[in-house]
Amino acid sequence: MLERRLVWEKRATRFLLGALVLLAFQIPMLAQAGGGAPGRNASPAASKPGTPVDLMGYWVSVVTTLDWRFRMVVPAKGDYFGLRLTPAATKIADAWDPAKDEAAGNQCKSYGAAGIMRIPGRLHITRPDEKTLRMDIDAGTQTRIFHFGEWKAPSGDATWQGDSVAQWDTSGTGGLKVVTRHMRPGYLRKNGVPYSENAILAEYYDVVRERNGDRRLIVTSSVEDPAYLQQPYTSSDHFKWQADASGWDPTPCSARW
Amino acid sequence: MKIQLPLMLIAASVPLLAQAPAQVDLSGSWASLSQDDILLLADYTGIPYNDAGRAKALSYSQSQMSMPERVCLFYTQTQIFGGPFGLRISKETGPDGKIVAWKLAGWEDRAPMTIWVDGRPQPSKNAPHDRTGYTTGSWDGDVLVSYTTHMKSGFIRRNGAPHSDQATLTIHFLRHDDLLTLAASLEDPVYLSEPLYWSRTFRRSRNTVEQLDGPCVQGDEGVPQGAVPHYLPGQNPFIDEMNKAYHIPVYASEGGAETMYPEFRKKMKDTFVPVEKCTRNCGGRGPGPGGAPGPGDGPGPDGPPPAR
Repeated sequence: MLERRLVWEKRATRFLLGALVLLAFQIPMLAQAGGGAPGRNASPAASKPGTPVDLMGYWVSVVTTLDWRFRMVVPAKGDYFGLRLTPAATKIADAWDPAKDEAAGNQCKSYGAAGIMRIPGRLHITRPDEKTLRMDIDAGTQTRIFHFGEWKAPSGDATWQGDSVAQWDTSGTGGLKVVTRHMRPGYLRKNGVPYSENAILAEYYDVVRERNGDRRLIVTSSVEDPAYLQQPYTSSDHFKWQADASGWDPTPCSARW
Repeated sequence: MKIQLPLMLIAASVPLLAQAPAQVDLSGSWASLSQDDILLLADYTGIPYNDAGRAKALSYSQSQMSMPERVCLFYTQTQIFGGPFGLRISKETGPDGKIVAWKLAGWEDRAPMTIWVDGRPQPSKNAPHDRTGYTTGSWDGDVLVSYTTHMKSGFIRRNGAPHSDQATLTIHFLRHDDLLTLAASLEDPVYLSEPLYWSRTFRRSRNTVEQLDGPCVQGDEGVPQGAVPHYLPGQNPFIDEMNKAYHIPVYASEGGAETMYPEFRKKMKDTFVPVEKCTRNCGGRGPGPGGAPGPGDGPGPDGPPPAR
């Protein structure tokens, strides 16, 4: 009887070990299910542990759609095509005068958080610590800081880049969701289309890998601003990953170009 | 008890295995949020054309659409990124209840796209091509990735900007709450020197996106049978249309890979003079009498009528 019991216990132990091995194999699979397959997110750039999508490194804008004329050159005054503006907004935009902006020290108005991702240029994304993600942008020499966790925005004047709170979008694509408030009033387009200090910018950052090996950063953004927009302004813009800082060219803000 | 524990562990692990990979429900109606859909005839800005692509584009006459044999011709699946309409997505299940395909319903000028996700292979490279192409897909985490081959030659933009029948289209379907972004890559070894990347966002709609109209009826649109309207090299009268409308130089509107990147701005900077005041297709007005735009709405009341 005792012998039979020993044999059973031996078998049970083996079974238990087997089950543990099985579970160990499942852990990476679970991680994949929640955060995307390694093929989509893996990159040569080192990433911090716990970041579902690897955003680190240099990214260059790729401007390929019909909004090229709004992004690569300065559109005409009064050209609001594709936007649903309030009368208050058109009044401001119709009075756009880059010389006045320069004189008032407001040449960075189109480089605020709600507009800057559509200005052609390069991004350099780093992770200084577990609680922040830093995005340096060469166009206008701007820096955006995304805060994770229980971060409390400081009081004080609004800034061009506002206060950004970030969280990994674990229920969706595994990308990064960023919500930005408290922005200094700026421009959605170079030609003076305004957003107000009450505008709220929501962004989703995803990385996809193309068949040719390119990695692309897709930024889907939506600006809500009842003062100046009759409906949210939604856009999706893309960037291509590059292995080094080639082309990184910090330039000052320009109200005219 | 000692025997039950491992059995319980294994039993618990079975549903975990079944979870991978996760799948997001894409089905439903998605309204177009296209906000940049104005198109001039010789606008190839941002398209990485090689010389062959550019030459083909500039030879195109919009009157080709009026040729009797082309009046009812569909666009290829690239029209998803060029047309003004919303999407209606549904799933198709097999007898065992598993999803075998996702379907993007067609528009009046684009055939439906069926994305087979049951593991079937692409057809032979010698299989015939058509306007619909053949699309397979797989899940990469929560992202559906489709791959379309076997399309006939078609258009990248509705102004005749061409792609060849060797072009392939990859689309990543990225869903975030009520937004769906389609991030696409068009590779074309014949006309493009680099892949052409697109992204376009749709918003979930409670209204049903309308689908195909009635059957196309071929009528006489003035182009005689057998004639192929076109422009010979150097004779396209619209080549400077972007320059006239927006002061964008011809070397930019002709496209090419360099026009996609920030450095190209430096090339234009010293000579570019903005148009002083917008006088045509300026947009900015509020929604029309129907209120906020609905599914399938174009870019707004000032937008151009959808090109055929």
